[in-house]
Amino acid sequence: MTTQPVMPEPYVTVIGLEVHVQLQTQTKLFCGCSTRFGAPPNTQVCPVCLGLPGSLPVMNRAAFGLAMKAALALNCRIAAFTKWDRKNYFYPDLPKGYQISQYDLPFSADGWLEVADPKGAFARKVGIVRVHLEEDAGKSMHDEAVGTADSRIDLNRAGTPLCEIVTQPDLRSPQEARAWLNELKLLLVYLGVSDCNMQEGSLRVDANVNLHVPCPDGRIAKTPIVEIKNMNSFRSVERALAYEAARQYDEWQATKAELGKIPKQTRGWDDPAGVTRAQRHKEESSDYRYFPDPDLVPVTVSDAQVADVRAAMGEPPAVLRQALAERWRITAYDAEVLVNQGRELVAYYEDVATRVADGKVASNWLQQDVLRTLNERGGMIDTFAIRPEALADLIGRVQKGDFDTSRGREIFAEVLASGRSVADVVASLGIAAVGDDELVALCRELIAENPKIVADVQGGKEQAAAGLIGQAKKKNPNVNPGKVRQMCLDLIRGR
Amino acid sequence: MQPAELSATEIVAAVRQGDLTAVRCTEAFLDRIARLDGSINAFLHVDREAALATAARIDERRRAGKPIGPLAGLPVAVKDALCTADQPTTCASKMLAGFRPPYDADTVARLRAADAVIVGKTNMDEFAMGGSNENSAFGPVHNPWDLARAPGGSSGGSAACVAADMAPVAIGSDTGGSIRQPAGLCGITGLKPTYGRVSRRGLVAFASSLDQIGPMARSAADCALVLETIAGHDPGDSTSLAADVPHYTELLDQPLAGLRIGRVPEHYAAGLDPEVRAGVDEAFAVFRTAGATIVDVELPHAKYGVPTYYLVAPCEASSNLARYDGAHYGVRAEPGKGVRAEPGKGVRAEPGKGVRAEPGKGVRADEFASPLVEMYCRSRGEGFGPEVKRRIMLGTYALSAGYYDAYYAKALKVRRLIRQDYLEAFERVDLIGGPVSATPAFRLGEKTGDPLAMYLVDLYTVATNLAGVGGISFPCGFTKGGLPIGFQLQGPALAEPTLLRAADRFQRLTDWHTRRPKACA
Repeated sequence: MTTQPVMPEPYVTVIGLEVHVQLQTQTKLFCGCSTRFGAPPNTQVCPVCLGLPGSLPVMNRAAFGLAMKAALALNCRIAAFTKWDRKNYFYPDLPKGYQISQYDLPFSADGWLEVADPKGAFARKVGIVRVHLEEDAGKSMHDEAVGTADSRIDLNRAGTPLCEIVTQPDLRSPQEARAWLNELKLLLVYLGVSDCNMQEGSLRVDANVNLHVPCPDGRIAKTPIVEIKNMNSFRSVERALAYEAARQYDEWQATKAELGKIPKQTRGWDDPAGVTRAQRHKEESSDYRYFPDPDLVPVTVSDAQVADVRAAMGEPPAVLRQALAERWRITAYDAEVLVNQGRELVAYYEDVATRVADGKVASNWLQQDVLRTLNERGGMIDTFAIRPEALADLIGRVQKGDFDTSRGREIFAEVLASGRSVADVVASLGIAAVGDDELVALCRELIAENPKIVADVQGGKEQAAAGLIGQAKKKNPNVNPGKVRQMCLDLIRGR
Repeated sequence: MQPAELSATEIVAAVRQGDLTAVRCTEAFLDRIARLDGSINAFLHVDREAALATAARIDERRRAGKPIGPLAGLPVAVKDALCTADQPTTCASKMLAGFRPPYDADTVARLRAADAVIVGKTNMDEFAMGGSNENSAFGPVHNPWDLARAPGGSSGGSAACVAADMAPVAIGSDTGGSIRQPAGLCGITGLKPTYGRVSRRGLVAFASSLDQIGPMARSAADCALVLETIAGHDPGDSTSLAADVPHYTELLDQPLAGLRIGRVPEHYAAGLDPEVRAGVDEAFAVFRTAGATIVDVELPHAKYGVPTYYLVAPCEASSNLARYDGAHYGVRAEPGKGVRAEPGKGVRAEPGKGVRAEPGKGVRADEFASPLVEMYCRSRGEGFGPEVKRRIMLGTYALSAGYYDAYYAKALKVRRLIRQDYLEAFERVDLIGGPVSATPAFRLGEKTGDPLAMYLVDLYTVATNLAGVGGISFPCGFTKGGLPIGFQLQGPALAEPTLLRAADRFQRLTDWHTRRPKACA
């Protein structure tokens, strides 16, 4: 960690995150039920995830493999021996009365993930305390619109594999927390570990935050840690942390209460109101009576298994950014924009870049045309109407000089609108490549009709040739302005 | 031919040869149940029609020349702790009154696949917690040898129904002696296999690391027959063993010459009834006659068995029984009203429909005295009996922050020492012999006021479960008062062939196991 950037506030905000991520498995962590989102309530359940008497869990190896992938990408150490523990508490969406989780021997620990400073000044390694695997609970639906205000339970989600990722308190600003979450999400989506869809609950974030306030006597005072819950977007996380930091500073000035003097507080983020509100005081370390789950056997992981997962992992975004920049000679900024769009877009980009043998040009088209269209219209790159070969065809025609980039854009738009091929659109717009003889004849005509311009050019004012291009376009809209200009100059000078 | 007088082995052979129909055999036992169970109370549920229908289908298949299973036509009684999709499964608890599971336990499925006929579900101590069967919410079981006495527990119904010839074979479960002790007190043979030999899937959990299902019958040979069907790996139970299942019945004939049986001095501590001691000594003499040598071995940590067991088992139970909260199935106490137990009507999560979590308002577990917490407290308060509550409280306490290391963690350490004792002993001997219980069957009500006295009925049996090894108990004599005396053999992991062979050899040399209680003639 390098030196602190300029500190606009009279304190340092210290943030640690606790992220729950649903793994993208076909089936649940301890039974064969589907994990598909959005099915009618209680249709993806069986005796195991309903917690019926006599039912027993059996670990889903695919889930464990995915979790290992995530942990390795987060630079964690994989434990050779890990076990399952029961976290006991009563709640109607927890049908067994306990959650199968990992307590003192998580399957991985001691990792880090780097986050670029939002201002681009430096990268910060954020430590990861542990990554462990556990089962999700069901969903309680408190239907207060209905007159009876019954609570209903949907257990479709119960037993879905969850990775809990706990960071060190290494983040130093709300912006940094948001940037780090973006990087985490990108990483997990790249690896196919999770879809990280916050709306569907497949990524959930709680944040712990307090302030380090330098005192006049040189001591650093630490304010009590507050846990923030109920943040349902990364933007909410940033806003909630910013609000909370300011609130804690006000409270510090009013009360001078320091860490350890009062119990840890849990506050919920009220997004519409833009404030955090105190929730009931968490009982100081709720007693979950963790103990090893006797229904499951410990898991041993060999070096070979770790090596296999690592080998099958693929390039994480940070590595890919660098590789892309080097491979295609594009800027770090361009590589970041492309990589941050996801693996599918990178594949699309590389396909186009390979076909046109020019990474920079392909990058420009991707960013200015493809991404802009996707942003405006929504949609995903894998279903984008212009496939890489079509875009490469278009770019190739521009490179050959068949028409210029702005004409190319018109064709791009028309291909998108009509769904026809580039060749079809080019033909239907009457855009035909202008032959050399045709071009020479056209330029001679222009020179004959514009003695003044010819005189100016001969007098050294080369820029006067621009006047010829407009006229050339009127005579033949398919001419390439650059070629017209060059040809006219050559003819005038050749005289 | 009186089916009730036949062994399980004979029944299976007779049905196969066409000398006896499955229907006639099943009917004979059902008739005995109808005649005798009013005074014994071994069954919580008997489905006469279903049993006879199953038997009829087996007969039909046999007549048509189609293949029939290895237990075809054999009536089997199943402890009410095992899930049966077609019959209620209550664990003798008000909490699960009328509960019908949507699936069969692995053992039940294997029995059905082998064409056994499930005649009913047997009474037990509530959630298998107890050693006398007096903790059943549906009344105690009476020992067929003396109806004023307890049959032992927790598989008391299974033991009593076999002793009274109401079923040739029963399935029990043993967490700290719950097969062997009632078998001993009822004069039958009961095998607790090695932990993991029989799948626990569908066995309502009491203490997961100790629970094991096993057969109870009139002889070791019959236990061997049933074990062949119910043992084996189950991918649905992570703790089930992958080892191949031997042909137990075919291994019985090997002589005992050279077998070393250990005798543990600790088993002769104060409190051992003199008549029991005499019976046990007599049994050792029989084994000597059969060619075995008797060697003294030490199990130095055996004396910590009961306290260790009464930490490990309640800790696991406190968590295993958390699911009975009134929210999803079983009984629910409505706030302000009593428990709503609807016999015959289980509460189940229906696909496509939400499970009603709670009548009243939005739920909040951290708000004491909310309707939810009230529902929890009252459902559990009224649904569980006193012994179950006692063990849930013991376990909850022992797992609590600040107590975990002193109790649960320490108990696990002692458990390892006990296991180590067994490993060392089994380097010197093949089996360990001794009493099953310190006394013969005690009177109903004799120990109910003193939980600690009741816990000591497990003195000789709990260590087997803590070590994860196997044990078998069988009758080795009778008291002057006519009560059976049980002998126990314990063996190393997967030594079921040796346990069964030794017990079978003993039964070829003695006739204690053939005696029948007069009251049940």
